[in-house]
Amino acid sequence: MAGKEVLTGVHFMDGDEACCEGAIAAGCRFFAGYPITPATEVAERMSRRLPQIGGIFIQMEDEIASMAAILGASWGGAKAMTSTSGPGFSLMMENIGLGVCTETPCVVANVQRAGPSTGLPTLVGQGDMMQARWGSHGPYEIIALTPSSPQEMFDFTVKAFNLSEQYRVPVFVMADEVVGHMSERVVIPPAERIKVVSRKQPKASPDKYLPYKPDADGVAPMATWGMGYHVHVTGLTHDERGYPVMDASAQEQMIARITGKIKKNAAKIISYDAMFMDDAQVVVVAYGISARSAKGAVAAARAQGQKVGLMKLNTVWPFPEEVIADLAGRVRGLIMPEINQGQVVLELERVAGGRCPVKFIGHPGGTIISPRVILAAAQEMLKEAL
Amino acid sequence: MAAKKKETRVIITGFGGQGIVLTGNILGQAATLHDGLHATMTQNYGPEARGGSCSSQVIISGAEIPYPYVEQADLLVCMSQEGYTKNLSALAPGGVLVWDTNLVKTGGHDPSWRTFDLPATAIAEEMGNKMMANIVMLGFLSAVFPAASPEAMREAMLAAVPPRTKDKNALAFERGRERGQGLLESGRAGQGRRRS
Repeated sequence: MAGKEVLTGVHFMDGDEACCEGAIAAGCRFFAGYPITPATEVAERMSRRLPQIGGIFIQMEDEIASMAAILGASWGGAKAMTSTSGPGFSLMMENIGLGVCTETPCVVANVQRAGPSTGLPTLVGQGDMMQARWGSHGPYEIIALTPSSPQEMFDFTVKAFNLSEQYRVPVFVMADEVVGHMSERVVIPPAERIKVVSRKQPKASPDKYLPYKPDADGVAPMATWGMGYHVHVTGLTHDERGYPVMDASAQEQMIARITGKIKKNAAKIISYDAMFMDDAQVVVVAYGISARSAKGAVAAARAQGQKVGLMKLNTVWPFPEEVIADLAGRVRGLIMPEINQGQVVLELERVAGGRCPVKFIGHPGGTIISPRVILAAAQEMLKEAL
Repeated sequence: MAAKKKETRVIITGFGGQGIVLTGNILGQAATLHDGLHATMTQNYGPEARGGSCSSQVIISGAEIPYPYVEQADLLVCMSQEGYTKNLSALAPGGVLVWDTNLVKTGGHDPSWRTFDLPATAIAEEMGNKMMANIVMLGFLSAVFPAASPEAMREAMLAAVPPRTKDKNALAFERGRERGQGLLESGRAGQGRRRS
């Protein structure tokens, strides 16, 4: 053991490395994963860094096992994560559902490449966004963050851990190949300036503790194994004791709890950055690497005196319904660029509800979207709106 | 280097194993950590680990860089024939073209380009290790196209190479740099020639 836990200072590192450092700064001490381009560098760095600071790195036999291992580690009391890309994300889906159902804090970084299947291993895509929302079966809510730079890979991974610990839910860092492989300045603050949240622990005595009885915030305190509490963990529908109950009313109560804690706290979870939105007639709503292209387009439009704004989504799930609904009533049109055939734009259209036109710009992957294409679409929309 | 608003866009291209990405990384480190500028470095490679075509793209600017891909390069460095052929159209009018004469056979060029050639691989081989061709090239660039300040490029290079190879790489950098300075002083920088 001879390593610093927080690498305070200015670095030139890629997004995958920054993701790893963010995780460690947030308290992650367990990583289980299977290497896959373009997420391999997260695992690679974890395999070097975790042993230096008393953590555990395991290369598993596949992504199914990786996901299972981090759930187990989390119940063992560790902050745990894995990283992957599309094909591995598909394999993780069943155990992600187990994590949701058992309300297990953990973080999954998906450095997206273009799919389906093995697709374009070394090239960018944003095609797993709906999979992140709906990929595991059954009704549930999830949290997904969308970093657009190596700096945000650090910041958002810290945040992902905090949210997963606070709401007891798997949290996704939905990056992409360009954000993961791009190197840029990353400033890591001193440890005491990094906000770190850890799961609530039970206050009740072991004979009174109910592992799935939520507090007022909708989240139950979590007793991990070895703390002296009786804990039963199952993917079957369970009651507040954690015991299986096979009927509709138990199902209704459990689903209300696991969806309610996210929905009720959505305003606290949702994060976005607004740029030139106050007087904007057309707003580009974008996330991840496409938000950078959008930023370039918006700056170019403003340089020509055109009232185009940017809403950069830092969380895509839960979707910022209230803000978008309000925005749709105030602007002449919304534009969403995505490196897929139109995924999050479906939510944008649904929430805009016909109050303004919504235009999609996209392609199925392999490269990022040029700011020129977004600028042209915005200018066209400004003209149409007149 | 004084803060500059305009973006400097660089493409370095070659094949896997030559240290193309490392070279781009050193340039980015130099600009970011030593010159206090903004820089992005992206990489492009195929599924092969070695031998496949690869490139790194570096943008350096005094301001934040929204779009990290290079559509029109100010500097194109070619360390493989495929890299040369594939990327030539990405060099902007008035741009600078640099190639390794041991690896690239050139054709016609835009007359607005400034062109430089260097037997980087042969120089590195002469010094005992052709793996240092990228560092010879980096030293050369520090003279003919200092996208970051030459001191910063040297510092960043020394921090990036394996410690036991520092001295040799420092020498390789100097050899490249001298070569570049010599070319500049003799006014032997080439002008693009159209294919006749």
